[in-house]
Amino acid sequence: MNLQLTPDGKLHHLLTLDGLPRAILTQILDTAESFMDVGEREVKKVPLLRGKSIFNLFFEPSTRTRTTFEIAAKRLSADVVNLNIATSSQSKGEAILDTVDNLSAMNADMFIVRHSQSGAAHFIARHVAPHISVVNAGDGRHAHPTQGLLDMFTIRRYKGAFHNLTVAIVGDVLHSRVARSQIHALTTLGVPEVRVIGPKTLLPTGVEQMGVKVFHDMENGLKDCDVIIMLRLQNERMKGALLPSAQEYFKFFGLTPDKLALAKPDAIVMHPGPMNRGVEIDSEVADGPQSVILPQVTYGIAVRMAVMALLAGGTA
Amino acid sequence: MKIHIKNGRVIDPMNARDEVADVFVAAGKIVAIGHAPADFHANRTLDASGLIVCPGLVDLSVRLREPGYEYKATLESEMLAAAAGGITSLACPPDTDPPLDEPGLVEMLKFRARNLPGPRVYPIGALTEKLDGKMLTEMAELTEAGCRAFTQADAPLTDTLVLLRAMEYAATFDFSLWLRPQDVALARGGVAHDGAVASRLGLPGIPALAETVALATILQLARATGARVHLARLSTRDGIAMVRAAKAQGLAVTSDVAINHVHLSENDLVGFDSHFHLVPPLRGLRDRDAIREALRDGSIDALCSDHTPVDEDEKQVPFGESAPGASGVELLLPLTLKWAREMGVPLMQAIDLISWKPAQILGVPGGNLAVGSSADICLFDETAEWIVTPKALSSQGNNTPFLNQPMQGRVRYTLIDGHLDFEAAH
Repeated sequence: MNLQLTPDGKLHHLLTLDGLPRAILTQILDTAESFMDVGEREVKKVPLLRGKSIFNLFFEPSTRTRTTFEIAAKRLSADVVNLNIATSSQSKGEAILDTVDNLSAMNADMFIVRHSQSGAAHFIARHVAPHISVVNAGDGRHAHPTQGLLDMFTIRRYKGAFHNLTVAIVGDVLHSRVARSQIHALTTLGVPEVRVIGPKTLLPTGVEQMGVKVFHDMENGLKDCDVIIMLRLQNERMKGALLPSAQEYFKFFGLTPDKLALAKPDAIVMHPGPMNRGVEIDSEVADGPQSVILPQVTYGIAVRMAVMALLAGGTA
Repeated sequence: MKIHIKNGRVIDPMNARDEVADVFVAAGKIVAIGHAPADFHANRTLDASGLIVCPGLVDLSVRLREPGYEYKATLESEMLAAAAGGITSLACPPDTDPPLDEPGLVEMLKFRARNLPGPRVYPIGALTEKLDGKMLTEMAELTEAGCRAFTQADAPLTDTLVLLRAMEYAATFDFSLWLRPQDVALARGGVAHDGAVASRLGLPGIPALAETVALATILQLARATGARVHLARLSTRDGIAMVRAAKAQGLAVTSDVAINHVHLSENDLVGFDSHFHLVPPLRGLRDRDAIREALRDGSIDALCSDHTPVDEDEKQVPFGESAPGASGVELLLPLTLKWAREMGVPLMQAIDLISWKPAQILGVPGGNLAVGSSADICLFDETAEWIVTPKALSSQGNNTPFLNQPMQGRVRYTLIDGHLDFEAAH
């Protein structure tokens, strides 16, 4: 999608990983690697974005993602303003574009946007002044590119490379922006086999056209996997026409030690959080030796620093 | 007012006429084609050299937005836009506010329209009170007031028993029902065709099944009741196949598609541009190709603009929150010509789909150039090229997926009842 690239091919917005060239993904991961030690210093700051104003524009409630963006921006010495629009002007009926225009008038340099509608970040990116960058922090079911990138960062750290991996994404792919971003990143980075595993009610129509193999059972789906990514099942979807109950879901698609044993012995287990223990993942697995769920959170900060640095500061 | 239309290529599908000839109009009627009647002294002569002279277009779905939605568009603006598009008769769906569910509202609309320049307005009555899908409207009273048919427009009718009763009642009096097949439950929450593109974009889907499941019900009920049914805005290959089969079995149904669906597909949604948010949703390429073929082979009877002017604020939001619909009266002709060019379809056949055929479905005079009939005539330049810009459009709704696209074919004059209701600036 050209909207996110400048005419000379540099990243201007980060809206989706769909269609981003491998070189840019790799550049972000490499830049993130260079930021890894900042968090371990006594003074956890670099001056790259000093004087830049970054607005966290959250039209949908979020604590974790917003916090990691905030920390990342502060470590780059940017000024950060958090706006939880879900609870302020939107409920007063202010149009998104008015909100965006008002904040632009306050000399914003970057918007970090989360919205419940797919395409909301594209919509905002199309309307902001040319010097403002937009980072999609999750739009509807569409994309969550920084989550996808931090997952790639995690995989690369533990597995070293992508070209020889089998990766399974398990659960509610239908409603998951995380899964979509992961799929695009994995296929772009050259993972030869990306699998999705779930009941037919939770897989999108034509998902195989995104370059994945479809499985409806864990026994075959997890076999010989190097990486298992469990997706969060939203509470409201646990019981109804999509699934009969959380218990039945756990029985067939929950990751237990027994099912994990079907994958390669050195397989890693990932989850974008927050987890539903006993629904999509057994605590024994979540807290076990193969789990890399907490490191994912740590890496998330470095990856978001990399994205912001590349967008607002040019080359890091 | 006597008008001499000189030297145009006269194309009249109903009378199978395609020749360069002069057309003579007097007292609102076509009085002669070819040679002037004795003592004919024109008040105005229109030089139609290089132009096509065809029946005024008949559009089966034009939302005039009155009453209730005047901020989106007004009767004045949209009737002017329709005339600029060469349209001389139009059917107006009842999804106004309040809906056209009682005779007084229909009479008021007809009265307002009659006193304005522009096409003849034929209201389509609400099938149920308030379009709520529960109580039938007074169809006979509404027919007397001027309704040509009855429809739910895009409002749901979930209760199949109400649909059965509506068909039985309509069949009693031979009223026509216009139904857009869409199963409400299967379409719930959807904003795009349920396919690979919507899956990739994370847009909630409306499956093709929503159309075919509803269509199966409608066709069965139509068979059982003998009701006159027109199937509006078909969008899927499978749905078209069902209609083709039903016709082959002798069921007297007619159908139309919206012109946008002849040219666009789900692939156009990739940039999340809300101008492509339409009802029914833009479907897959194979669906679009089936539509294009069905228009050629006659399985689909008519093309309409499905003109839906939308306030700009309602499009300036993320795709899923935007109001669906596209403005289209001024694009019906050029987009029909585009289809004909691309498919190698003769001009006569293309014009038939937007004049004589829809006039038959609507059951009104017009759509032809017979001597003695009302002078509803469109003169257009088949080769004129123009760009779709807000300035180039008369409609108050600038919401079209074809914004900034080049078009070929433009209306020069529109005569309605012998009056020159539109004349292009040169």
